[in-house]
Amino acid sequence: MGDVLKKVPVREQDPQVRATNFEEVCLGYNREEAMEEAERCLHCKNAKCIQGCPVNIDIPGFIAHVKEGDFEQAYQVISKSSALPAICGRVCPQETQCEGKCIRGIKGEAVSIGKLERFVADWACENGIKPIPASEKNGHKVAVIGSGPSGLTCAGDLAKMGYDVTIFEALHKAGGVLVYGIPEFRLPKDKVVAKEVENVRSLGVKIETNVIIGKSVTIDELLKDEGFDAVFIGSGAGLPMFMGIPGEQAKGVFSANEFLTRNNLMKAFREDYDTPISCGKKVCVVGGGNVAMDAARTALRLGAEVHIVYRRSEAELPARAEEVHHAKEEGIIFDLLTNPTEILVDENDNVTGIRLIKMELGEPDASGRRRPVEIPGSEYEVECDTVIMALGTSPNPLISSTTYGLDVNRRKCIVAEEETGATSKEAVYAGGDAVTGAATVILAMGAGKVAAKGIDEYIRSKH
Amino acid sequence: MYRILEARNLAGNIYEMVVEAPRVAKRALPGQFVIVKLNEKAERIPLTICDYDREKGTITIVFQPVGASTSKYVSLKAGDAFMDFVGPLGQPSDLCTEPLEEVKKKKILFVAGGVGTAPVYPQAKWLHEHGIECDVIIGAKTKDLVILEEEMKQVANTYVTTDDGSYGRSGMVTKCIEDLIAEGHVYDHCVAIGPMIMMKFCCLTTKKLGIHTVVSMNPIMVDGTGMCGACRLIVGDEVKFACVDGPEFDGHLVDFDAAMKRATLYKTEEGRAMLAYQEGETHHGGCGQCGGDK
Repeated sequence: MGDVLKKVPVREQDPQVRATNFEEVCLGYNREEAMEEAERCLHCKNAKCIQGCPVNIDIPGFIAHVKEGDFEQAYQVISKSSALPAICGRVCPQETQCEGKCIRGIKGEAVSIGKLERFVADWACENGIKPIPASEKNGHKVAVIGSGPSGLTCAGDLAKMGYDVTIFEALHKAGGVLVYGIPEFRLPKDKVVAKEVENVRSLGVKIETNVIIGKSVTIDELLKDEGFDAVFIGSGAGLPMFMGIPGEQAKGVFSANEFLTRNNLMKAFREDYDTPISCGKKVCVVGGGNVAMDAARTALRLGAEVHIVYRRSEAELPARAEEVHHAKEEGIIFDLLTNPTEILVDENDNVTGIRLIKMELGEPDASGRRRPVEIPGSEYEVECDTVIMALGTSPNPLISSTTYGLDVNRRKCIVAEEETGATSKEAVYAGGDAVTGAATVILAMGAGKVAAKGIDEYIRSKH
Repeated sequence: MYRILEARNLAGNIYEMVVEAPRVAKRALPGQFVIVKLNEKAERIPLTICDYDREKGTITIVFQPVGASTSKYVSLKAGDAFMDFVGPLGQPSDLCTEPLEEVKKKKILFVAGGVGTAPVYPQAKWLHEHGIECDVIIGAKTKDLVILEEEMKQVANTYVTTDDGSYGRSGMVTKCIEDLIAEGHVYDHCVAIGPMIMMKFCCLTTKKLGIHTVVSMNPIMVDGTGMCGACRLIVGDEVKFACVDGPEFDGHLVDFDAAMKRATLYKTEEGRAMLAYQEGETHHGGCGQCGGDK
């Protein structure tokens, strides 16, 4: 047995090898490693980790089963609270949630809750263990818009309560940001996402792809003509932001959304898929969040030298610690405290470089992070042939602009009650990035859960 | 799956298909588009809606193969199917959403270039069904590439012009516009749909003549819902997304030169994919140009 103050290390693909492939970086625990790590849990009476989890998984409860080697029971404990454990075990920012609250973390490293969750979910998948569906249907229909984390969670919870749930997805494949946004090397699509979507289907949820709510059919029509008792909007935050600097329309400037969608959803990195992707030899990714890391590491795997251009310092990088660590290991170069002022182009509008200005940190702003301030006269030019803008996304107005009586705030986010997910329109609930603006998978799942409860209470009150 | 009910060659390398897509047909309006995807590994391709039948639940699309993906559509026949078919996307034509009384006051000219004749047809048909008369210029390189002439004549006063003079009037559509004006026709609203270069010159002509002109842009797209931003265009001083703000825009404000440059982005890669598709297993590069052997 190793040092009890430290996590059982998790096996990963070698950085030099993985920088050239799209296979998963983290290989996860095996049975023995998982059981050894489970031993580290102190089983606190007042478990802080549960409070740190947006869907309140009974963490000491499932870890106790892992300790005994009863992985099936461990899985059933997790599935009471989460419909997507194999995904959360991979993409949750555990360091600021469950693991951030772990008592072990005070005098050493927190229990590796995320890796244990992942192990249990993968074990269940390999052994064909499925969540348990409702014993009988209650005859009420609920429409869920969007098959991302909030939609899948809301649909799964409602189906378990006996509702007849249909998910409408705008793209051709279910999963939302899990399939178009997060890359294969962080979240395998066939092995993990498709399986968890399948689990939600196995609860009786129907998924209709290629339906754009607001275009193909409206929410009012779903309620009036298609017989749905309630609607949950989990349409995410899909609109990319640009900087508004000169040269941004040039050939070779992409939103991270476009770059990642081509690669992840359309599988442009594979020879046998038709969608092209243009990734030059030297790429600048602007931004410091998880999406920026994903775009940078994707470009690296497509063979480019990649720089992250971020206007604050390393301490303010909003990305998960593990992603930053992995990106560095793989050879991504971080140009911190720099900000683009112009994208340079040739006569054919091809990107030839980027003009950057150095920044320094001033007083803290509204987000509590120190505000970056330009250093006058510090501009310089860097050669590159591709620029990827990963500046964040905002909710798509397609739904809010076509739904009568649905209030949005000034950021175009749908206004919804935090406790129930209820919107300004009767029978319409919302959650996830469509409400909060771009956030995390697990927060969206938390909102989907809350809304499922809110919808259940609403429908019961009407009947 | 979305079944193909009819597939036919209209002229030259221009093809028409009628596809079963009830949800799309229920809400489609002239000016909107769909995105189609042939199979699991295919690209998402945006195509303007050329006709719709709400009762039968069908959408008509017309295409001209330009890349590897659309070339594969050529061999499709009735009974085959698209894996994905989504829409209607984009904003409908203003002519179909503005108050009818306002539209009735307009003197409307459509300028249709080549395969662009197909998306003009539903607009002219919609106006005809609402008792509004309009003129249509169908422009084509040569006689064999004129499409939908008979259909168009049923719904609008139609003038055909060919670049080589082999049929109808002789010369480019811009000449035809000027000739019609010289012949005494009066227009205050023009809708030009066709290749980007044709729309650009059409706009230069109508600007000179003081005729408000709407064009339909079809830039590179991925999702068609505003998500990727690939289709961004400069219109006036603003950046617009063709998929959600358009595809129709004030032609006198569109920066065509920038749009045409952006449209060449995947030309090389598309060319490679096209060659690989056409030559199949025999494509191993070796020409030293395309990089297919690297």
